[in-house]
Amino acid sequence: MGRYLARRLLQMIPLVIGLSVIIFMLLAIAPGDPVDLLIFGNPKIKAEDISRLKRLYGLDQPYYIRYFKWMWAALHGDLGYSRTYKVPVLSLMWTRITNSLWLQIPAFLLALAVAIPVGIYSALRQYSSVDYAATFFTFFGVSIPAFWFAIMMIYVVAVWHPWTAVPFLNWINLPAGGFSTPGIGEGLPKYLDRLRYAFLPTIVLSLLFMASYTRYTRSSMLEVVRQDYVRTARAKGLRERVVINRHALKNAMIPLATIVALSIPGLFAGAPLTETVFGWPGVGRLLVEATLGGDFAVAQGIIIFLAALVIVFNLVADISYAMLDPRIRYD
Amino acid sequence: MAVLAERARPVQDEPAGQGYWAIAWKRFKKHRLAMAGGVAILVFISAALLASVLTPYSFDQIDLYNRKALPSWSHPLGTDELGHDVLTRLLFAGRISLLVGFSAAIAAVLLGMLVGGIAGYYGGWLDNLLMRFTDVMFSLPDLPILIIIARYIGGRVDGIIFVLVIFAWMGPARLVRGELLKLRTREFTEAARAIGASDTRILARHLIPNSLAPVIVAATLTVGGAILSEAALSFLGIGIQPPTPSWGNMLQNAQDFIWTTPWLAIWPGAMIFLTVLCFNFLGDGLRDALDPRLKM
Repeated sequence: MGRYLARRLLQMIPLVIGLSVIIFMLLAIAPGDPVDLLIFGNPKIKAEDISRLKRLYGLDQPYYIRYFKWMWAALHGDLGYSRTYKVPVLSLMWTRITNSLWLQIPAFLLALAVAIPVGIYSALRQYSSVDYAATFFTFFGVSIPAFWFAIMMIYVVAVWHPWTAVPFLNWINLPAGGFSTPGIGEGLPKYLDRLRYAFLPTIVLSLLFMASYTRYTRSSMLEVVRQDYVRTARAKGLRERVVINRHALKNAMIPLATIVALSIPGLFAGAPLTETVFGWPGVGRLLVEATLGGDFAVAQGIIIFLAALVIVFNLVADISYAMLDPRIRYD
Repeated sequence: MAVLAERARPVQDEPAGQGYWAIAWKRFKKHRLAMAGGVAILVFISAALLASVLTPYSFDQIDLYNRKALPSWSHPLGTDELGHDVLTRLLFAGRISLLVGFSAAIAAVLLGMLVGGIAGYYGGWLDNLLMRFTDVMFSLPDLPILIIIARYIGGRVDGIIFVLVIFAWMGPARLVRGELLKLRTREFTEAARAIGASDTRILARHLIPNSLAPVIVAATLTVGGAILSEAALSFLGIGIQPPTPSWGNMLQNAQDFIWTTPWLAIWPGAMIFLTVLCFNFLGDGLRDALDPRLKM
């Protein structure tokens, strides 16, 4: 295990270097650096001003020097400044990631809380009506475009709102988009207000997560209940409850644990499309806007952070797999 | 154990004289959702191909006196904010979305087969290098990078197809590599090698045909994924550019009018959803039919 871990950690080094080079180069050679934008905005700009500005921003240097400078600063926790927001990338990123987590964590937990029991039940009663309904639901969930689903939810809540005609439900008043009510104040009211705004995007995200987790749980459980050791447990005369809980369930949860570990970086990435439709100031939307608007320091910072998270959690997933499943032997 | 399993297999499973594909087709026909999905896809394709016959309007024909019209006999799905006939635009958008989906999926699977094939067949440092590169591509968040590249290439259809392929080949590559590694050590490969078959013959006669089933399934599912990605890019305004309609850019416009003309948002999204759903049903049915060993 120790040797395996060391080898994996060593393998991560070229991976991170390769990633950072790709990310840096993609954005560095993209058209529209700060000076290009200035030239575009001011046709009368003089040639000496252009070269002065290029020198000021360090844009006159070769790519590899710029890469090493960027990397050196990034390793010291300095990801540069956002041109749009005039703040350090790191603090901007942190605020937006927290905003995204307001949606992602509840959506993720809700999805797991529904998907695991439904997936298990669906596998244990394969070909029952519940199983068909669950399977159908997962197909819907993986096929629906997130942004269309979000638009339809806005339509239901803001345009149609059928519950206003129902006597006891007409107090429901959900905002169709945005982040907070202006002038709400601080403390508890602020957070309660935030929850109201978060409700709709959370539901949208949660249903999308739910579909794939139900699918994974079901197939993992189906795989396990066909195993010989489950048959052995039954043959020993164990009660069905013990067979399922002790022998089947525990083993079926192993691949699921891996999938959960692998989806954690995604929580930090935010949901670009859902956040855009609902006007939620999350990190996914920030990243889309930064790439569209040429705010490359922000884009580089976020992408490298997310990519590093993916690499780390890939390792976490593999290790957790090895620890949970003694049949797995590495090296 | 393997010998016992061979003998224990019921004979009536494979009637004499039926090949692999005939058996697969028989199994596929029993999968009702997949059949329905396949038929629906054929209908969508023919509707898109016959778009100019099916509708008297052209996709960029505007009618400023008849904007945001409710459905009527002359405009069965109404008109949009510029007076385009919505049904006409849906049909022509279907051409673009299906073309992009199919081309991107086929290109991605071919590229994946090439990379995975080289990695799986040659192994060694080449395998290591290619698979680490695949890992890198998997670790990158796709949407922002697609945005950056789409900005270079602009909203041309071939450009969008190229952009989508960049992040779609890794799945098929890993799949093909895994299949090859598995098949390389199987008895029939060893047998072929033992009787002196050449590398190319083993590859062409044994390895590729046997790894085809999961590749076909992956290709089907990739079409759906590519249609979804194209829609997302066009929805963000960096995919297919108006006046050329795609289901994604129709939704982008419709979102602004959700308060006054919500039906404009329903149809393009419903078409994306239905098409992707059908491809997923089809892929599921193909998986059951072509390779019953695969689960999920």
